[in-house]
Amino acid sequence: MNLSRDQLLDAYRRMRMIRAFEVKLTELVTAGKMGGFMHLYAGEEAVAVGVCQHLADTDFVASTHRGHGHCIAKGVDVAGMMAELFGRATGCCKGKGGSMHIADMDKGMLGANGIVGAGIPLTTGAALTAKLKRTGGVAVAFFGDGASNQGAFHESLNMAANWKLPAVYVVENNGWGEFTPTEFVIPVKDIATRAGSYAMASAIADGMDFFDVYEKAGEAIARARAGLGPTLLECKTYRFFGHFVGDPLAYRSKQEAERWIQTRDPLDRFERRVVEAGLVEAGDLRQIDKQVDDEIAEAVAAAEAAPLPDPADVARDVYVGEAA
Amino acid sequence: MTAKPRTLSFGQAINEALRIAMETDPDVIVLGEDVAGGGARTGDDVDEMGGVLGTTRGLVKAFPDRVLDTPISEMGLIGTAVGAAATGLRPVAELMFIDFLGTCLDPLLNQAAKLRYMFGGKARVPLTVRTVTGAGMQAAAQHSQSLYWMTAGIPGLKTVIPATPHDAKGLLLASIRDDNPVIFCEPKSLLFTPGEVPEGDYEVPIGKARLAREGSDVSLIGMGATVRMCEQAAQELAAQGISAEVLDLRSLAPLDEEAILATLEKTGRVVVVDEATPRCGIASDVAALCVDRGFDFLNAPVKRVTAPHAPVPFSKVLEQAYMPSPERIVAAVRELR
Repeated sequence: MNLSRDQLLDAYRRMRMIRAFEVKLTELVTAGKMGGFMHLYAGEEAVAVGVCQHLADTDFVASTHRGHGHCIAKGVDVAGMMAELFGRATGCCKGKGGSMHIADMDKGMLGANGIVGAGIPLTTGAALTAKLKRTGGVAVAFFGDGASNQGAFHESLNMAANWKLPAVYVVENNGWGEFTPTEFVIPVKDIATRAGSYAMASAIADGMDFFDVYEKAGEAIARARAGLGPTLLECKTYRFFGHFVGDPLAYRSKQEAERWIQTRDPLDRFERRVVEAGLVEAGDLRQIDKQVDDEIAEAVAAAEAAPLPDPADVARDVYVGEAA
Repeated sequence: MTAKPRTLSFGQAINEALRIAMETDPDVIVLGEDVAGGGARTGDDVDEMGGVLGTTRGLVKAFPDRVLDTPISEMGLIGTAVGAAATGLRPVAELMFIDFLGTCLDPLLNQAAKLRYMFGGKARVPLTVRTVTGAGMQAAAQHSQSLYWMTAGIPGLKTVIPATPHDAKGLLLASIRDDNPVIFCEPKSLLFTPGEVPEGDYEVPIGKARLAREGSDVSLIGMGATVRMCEQAAQELAAQGISAEVLDLRSLAPLDEEAILATLEKTGRVVVVDEATPRCGIASDVAALCVDRGFDFLNAPVKRVTAPHAPVPFSKVLEQAYMPSPERIVAAVRELR
């Protein structure tokens, strides 16, 4: 393992931030302080963080409706995200995006996306830019098992493989497409095998294990940066909450969820591994937990105190130059 | 002595604009199905196609790394173009016929059009989608539609439709250099029409209509292929003692509302001529504008000459019955008193 102590602490901090951020969101939504459709990433933290630890601001990622984790992993400002979810003028999208469109181009974050699979061609385009402009950058698409049934997925993989684009397609297979089990709608056991149709490299990672994701994403990203073409990386993972906040979860057995949550929580597994190996003290992690909780509390307080958008701005930022 | 005016076809004017755009900006790329069309191959007996109508012919030889043949994969190619535009390129994507919009609407409707707004003004998508529109080549129901009303109705997109080779070149250069996504419509019945085209680099501004003919009794408002029909109708009306003005919209979104109201104020009568189907379209939009903001200028009802609410037919006689014509425009004017 070639990660320094600082890198390990940073990875833990980001995973913890994703978890704590979303646990706070469930409280805020339940208390009626936040509106809109909200889909939580908790449980899948090792995927976003394991991949994004290899990326710089100049690399692009495209995300999904379940996008908070990718934003935090890619370095989007947490206070700006919280203000956005509160619908405030100070939000990272000025209150115009919300949970499903949270984005920050300055951080190479091409947006969460309300359309399943839509981020995949955007990623292919970002990879085309990187290749033609020789930026040395890579583009990474995060998407779910469900998106791998969309035409956008197959058309993108075909084009990216054909052009040897510096792209990595990360499918987060959490076993559920909304309320339908993945095996009901996908005839292959491993989505990674779909890369074979496009003569594309592929890999399967344990999406609940930061270190496995980190290693396999590292290989894929290195391959992309070296001009050797794209990879389809399947991360087997699990969403701890339902499809959306408020999902009654009638379709999913409690035992199944408990099994994943009790035995495979990516934060617990990370902690056990680094502490047992003597790389990090448990006390260091508790200190991070405290810092994260404080940062979120500050973000909530700042967001609640922040101004609402001006209704006069309802049609602003539609066009560059606003001529139309 | 001045130089003899130079004549190019509509398609040649587009080709010249693409060449100038690529020469003047290294970020401009052209991608689409068959835009090179064999151009990457060499041999004594093969040559490039340059697109199904030959519009992009010669570009791949001039810019071999920036003219990309894609698979027949509209969702993939338009979506990729949107992503490339958002991250630093200035792509000109070709959607071979606007009828294929159904296969790739999401990247335009939900991505290109909305990224900037959803991201609070932090994104820009300098994308141009060139697409062939309209009837007149017996291409039938799935290759002849005038679906620009769909894109014109989507906030975040611009939609333009030139009526002359001169404007095709200048509007395409303006579209490519615009930092917003622009749908650039090429009426297929005009593609081989010749017209005067200046040499060199010039832009026709998006959002400005063109007064194609001055008149005082009635305003004929057209777009794309119907502008020529309006001009022919105006000639016929002149012979009958009616002075018709012709306004070429050129830009459907944004719409040059001031130019529409100005010609209405001048003549008091408006006939809008649109190749598209009648519901929820540009003709209805112009009519609504005339009533909403120009009611006091109106001396007669606003008339719309459009295609019927029907798919485009194949048989030539049916296709001609389908499309607006100078005769139908003249008849509509004669109904106004």
